[in-house]
Amino acid sequence: MNIAQIPILSITTYLPLAGIVLICCMSGKRHDLIRWTAFLTTVATFVVSLPIYFGFDASTWQMQFVENVPWIERFGINYHMGVDGISMLLVMLTTFLSALAVLSTWSAVKESVKAYMISLLLLEVGMLGVFCALDFFLFYVFWEVMLIPMYFIIGIWGGPRRIYAAVKFFIYTMSGSVLMLVAILSLYFMMHKATGQYTFDILKYHELNLPAGTQFWMFLAFFLAFAIKVPMFPFHTWLPDAHVEAPTAGSVILAGVLLKMGTYGFLRFNLPMFPQATIQFVPFIFCLAVIGIVYGAFVSLAQDDIKKMVAYSSVSHLGYVMLGMFALNVEGIEGSTIQMINHGLSTGALFLIVGMLYERRHTRLISEYGGLMKVMPLFATLFLVVCFSSIGVPGLNGFIGELLILIGAFKASVPFASVAMLGLLLGAVYLLWMYKRVMYGPITNEENRHLKDMTVREIAYLVPILVFIVWIGVAPKTFLNKMHTTVAHLIEQVNADKTLAKTTDYATDHTNN
Amino acid sequence: MVTILSIKPLLAVLASLTAVPLILVSGKRPNLREFWSVLAGLVKFGIVISMVPAIFAGHTIEFTLFHFYQGIDIKFRVDAFGLLFATVSSFLWIVTTIYSIGYMRGNNEHAQTRYYACFAISLASTIAVAFSANLVTLFFFYEALSLATVPLVGHKETPEAQEGARKYFLYLVGLSKTLLLAGVIIVYTVAGTTDFVPGGLLKNAPASTLLFVTFFLFMFGFAKGAVMPVHNWLPSAMVAPTPVSALLHAVAVVKVGVFSILRVVFHTYGVDAMSQMHIGTTASYIACFTIIFGSIVALTKDNLKARLAYSTVSQLSYVILGAVLLTPLGMTGGIVHIANHAFSKITLFFCAGSLYTSAHKTEISQLSGIGKKMPLTMAAFFIGSLSMIGVPPAAGFVTKWYLALGSIQAHQIPILMVLLASTVLNAAYFLPVTYKAFFQKEDNPGHGHGNPHGDGHGHQGEPREIPMVAGPLLLTAIISLAIGIFPNYFLNLAQEVLR
Repeated sequence: MNIAQIPILSITTYLPLAGIVLICCMSGKRHDLIRWTAFLTTVATFVVSLPIYFGFDASTWQMQFVENVPWIERFGINYHMGVDGISMLLVMLTTFLSALAVLSTWSAVKESVKAYMISLLLLEVGMLGVFCALDFFLFYVFWEVMLIPMYFIIGIWGGPRRIYAAVKFFIYTMSGSVLMLVAILSLYFMMHKATGQYTFDILKYHELNLPAGTQFWMFLAFFLAFAIKVPMFPFHTWLPDAHVEAPTAGSVILAGVLLKMGTYGFLRFNLPMFPQATIQFVPFIFCLAVIGIVYGAFVSLAQDDIKKMVAYSSVSHLGYVMLGMFALNVEGIEGSTIQMINHGLSTGALFLIVGMLYERRHTRLISEYGGLMKVMPLFATLFLVVCFSSIGVPGLNGFIGELLILIGAFKASVPFASVAMLGLLLGAVYLLWMYKRVMYGPITNEENRHLKDMTVREIAYLVPILVFIVWIGVAPKTFLNKMHTTVAHLIEQVNADKTLAKTTDYATDHTNN
Repeated sequence: MVTILSIKPLLAVLASLTAVPLILVSGKRPNLREFWSVLAGLVKFGIVISMVPAIFAGHTIEFTLFHFYQGIDIKFRVDAFGLLFATVSSFLWIVTTIYSIGYMRGNNEHAQTRYYACFAISLASTIAVAFSANLVTLFFFYEALSLATVPLVGHKETPEAQEGARKYFLYLVGLSKTLLLAGVIIVYTVAGTTDFVPGGLLKNAPASTLLFVTFFLFMFGFAKGAVMPVHNWLPSAMVAPTPVSALLHAVAVVKVGVFSILRVVFHTYGVDAMSQMHIGTTASYIACFTIIFGSIVALTKDNLKARLAYSTVSQLSYVILGAVLLTPLGMTGGIVHIANHAFSKITLFFCAGSLYTSAHKTEISQLSGIGKKMPLTMAAFFIGSLSMIGVPPAAGFVTKWYLALGSIQAHQIPILMVLLASTVLNAAYFLPVTYKAFFQKEDNPGHGHGNPHGDGHGHQGEPREIPMVAGPLLLTAIISLAIGIFPNYFLNLAQEVLR
C-alpha cells in the first residue's frame, strides 16, 4: 500500500500535462520561453519521480505506490497504478531521458517549436503511464497515447523520408497492438468464465491458470505486439527507418524508452500470465534473439550512415535483452532488465552524439568525417567512453548487463549463448571501426577543420548520462538490489505450475537468499 | 595461513595511476614529467616489496574494492604467485622509465606525454592483474591493460603502426570478449563464484567435456600469452617504440597472458582436476608446438625486433608448458621462467633499442662489426642470448633445468626432446647475431649510409652509446646473470605457490 498516501505515480505521470497547458497559453513565436517551459517541466517531473526511487522498498515484490480506484465499474475497469522493482527503474529512466532529450533539441528544431514540445511532453505522459498502469484498459490507453505524438515527431520534424518512416512506424506498431487488444478482450471473457467477475486488473490475471492450449495462442498474440516494439528479428524493419528520419530527441526517446516497452511487456504479461507457453516458446525466442544479435551486428557493420548504424545496433542489443529474459533465471532476467537501462543510456547517448555531429555538418555519412579528434578533443573523449559503454568494457555499465545475460544464457543453453558471444565481438568491431573512421586519421574534409568542440548545453545533457554509465558499471548492486525480489518472484510465477516435464535449472538457490 | 586485510595492494595499483594526471599536467616540462614516472615506479616497487615478508611467512593479503554481484567481488588478493609477477614488473618499470628517457629523447619521438601516461596506466593494470583475487577482477584489469596499450602500439601514427594497433585490438580484445568471457561465465555457472582458491576452485567439480573445452577457451582467450595460433598480434605490435616492446611485449602484457593462464591452471582448475580431465597433456602439446614453431619462424626473420618477438612467442610457451606438465618440478620451472625470461628478454629489447637509437640499425644483416662500436650493448645482448638458450650461469638455465626434470618426472620424453630441439634452435638464431657483431667486418665502412632504414637525422659519425640507454640494459643483463647464480628468491616464491 501507499505509505505516504500521496499519489506520486499519478503526479509524475501527469506533470508533463501541466507543462503542455502552460505551453498552449504561450505565443508560438516565443521559442525560448517554450523551450524553457518544456525543459523545466521535464526536470520537475524527474525531481518529482525521485521519491519513487528512494522510497521504493526493495524487500518486497508487491506493487508499491499503488493507486486503485474504480473508474468504469460496469466493465470492471479500475484506475490502477503501481510499480515493482522492474517498472520503477524504467520510470526513472523515462523521466531522466526525457529531460535530456528536451535539452538536446534546443537548436535542432526551429519550426513549430510549440507543437514539437507539446508532442514530446505528451509522449512522456504516455510512456510513464505504460510503465505504471496495472489495468489492461488503462495500459492500452497509454500505449496508444504514446503512439500518436511519436508519429507526429517523426512525420513533421523528421528527415527527407519522414512520411514513409512515420507511416511505417505507425502501421507496424498498430498492427501489433490490435492483436494485443484482441487478446486482452478474449482474456477478459475467459476471466469471467473462470471466476464470474469482469475485471481488467492485470495482477488478477497473473493468478489465472489458463489451459496450456489457450496460453499458447494468447502468448503468440502478445508476443507479436511486443516483438514488433522491441523489435525482434524479423519484425525490426521499421526501426532503422524511424530512427534515421526522426529528429535527435525522437531517436533518443525511441531507442531509450519506447523499445523498452516491448521488453517490459514480455516481463509484465507474457512471463507471469502464460508460464507454460513461455517455457514452450523459449527455443523459438532464443533462435530469434540470437539471429537478431548476429544479423543486427553484421548489418551495423555494413552501414555508411552513423545513425543507421546505431539504429541497427539496437536490434543486436535488444537481442541480448530477449536472450537474457528467456533464460528464465535470476541472472538472465536481472541482466536483461539492467541491460534495458544500459541500452537506454548508451544508445541514447550515441544518438545525442550523432545529433551533435549532424548539427555541425548536416550529414551523417561516416565518409564525410575523419580526424575530428584533433579539432574536438573533449567530444572525442566522451564519445569514446560512450562507445566503450556500448561494447561492454568492464567498469562501465554495458559489461554488467552482458555478463549477467550471458551467465543466464549459458545456464539455459550453451549453444545459443556461444553464438551470442560472437555478437559481442562484432559489437566491438562495428562501433570502434566507426569511431576510428570518424575521429582518427588526417582531416580529409576542409569543412571539418573548424568545427567547434562541445558547447555548455551539450556537455550538460551528455555528462549526466556518463555519470550513470560509470555508476552502474562500478556499483551495479545499487540498481540490481532494487529489482532482485521482483525478479525472484517473477521466476517463481513462471515455475509455479510447472506441469510440463522437467525444464532447465532455474537457479532456485539464488532466488531464496 | 593467515589472511591479512590491508590496503597495500590497492596502493600499489594507485601508485602508478595517480601519476597519470601528474604526467598529463606537466606535459610541457619533460623533466618534471619523467620525475613523476620514476617516483611512481619507486613508490610502487617499495609497496610491493614491503609485502614480501608477510607472503614468505605464508600469509595472504586481501583488500575488497566493492561487491559486484552474488559470488563476485572486485577484490585484490596478494599471494606468492602474484607477488612474484608484481616484483618483476614493478622493478622493471623503473628501469624502463629511465631507459625510455634516453630512448624517446634520443629519437625525438612525438606525443611523449601520452606515451608516459599510457605507460603508467598499463603498469597499474598489470599489477592489478597480478593481485586479482578472482577471474572477474582479473578480466576487468586485463581489458584495461589491452585498452591502455593500444595507443602505445599505434604511437607512431603511421599506417603500419595503425595496422599493428588494429590487429592488436582485434586479437586481444576480440578474443577476450568471446573466448575468455565465455570461460569466465562457464566457471561462474559451474562454481557460483570465480575466486582463485589454492588447490583449485573446480577441484571437486565432476569432469566434463564442457570444462575440458573451457580450459582451452582460457588458453586462447588469454591471447596475451601468444600461444599459437593466436600469436600474430605480437610481431605486429613491434612497430611500437622499443621501450614499449621491451617492457610490455616482453614483460608486462605477455606475462599477464601466461600469468593468467597459470592462475587458471593452479587456482581455478587445480592440478588434480587438470590431470583428471587430461587437460595437461593436450595443453602441453599445444605449448610444444608453439615453442618449436615460434623458433623456426624466428630463424627466418632478419629484422631484429621481429626475431625477438618470435623468440618471445616461443619462450612464453615454456612458462605454459611448465605449468601444464603438472609435476612439481615442471611447475616450478614454469613459474620462475616468468621472472627469468622477463629480465633476459627485456635486456635483448633494450639492446635492439640501443642499436636503433645510436646507429639506426634495425636489421640483423646490418650489424656486422657493430660490437666494436657499441661493446656494452652487444655484450649485454650476448648475456641475454645465453639466457634464452639456457646456458649456465644465465637465468634461462634454471628454467631449462627444472623444465627438463619436470618432463622426466611426468614421463614425457617427447617433451624433453622438444626442449632440447628448442635449445638448438635458440642457439641457431641468437648466436649469429653476436658473432656478426664481434667477429665480422663491417661490409660498408661508409658510416652505414647504405642503410635503408636509417633516415639520417641524429646520426652523425660513429654511433655512440647513450648512457641513459646503456645503463638500464647493463643492469638487466647483470640481473639476468645474478638470478641465474642466486635463483633462490624466485624459487622460494615458486615453492610458496605450489605449497
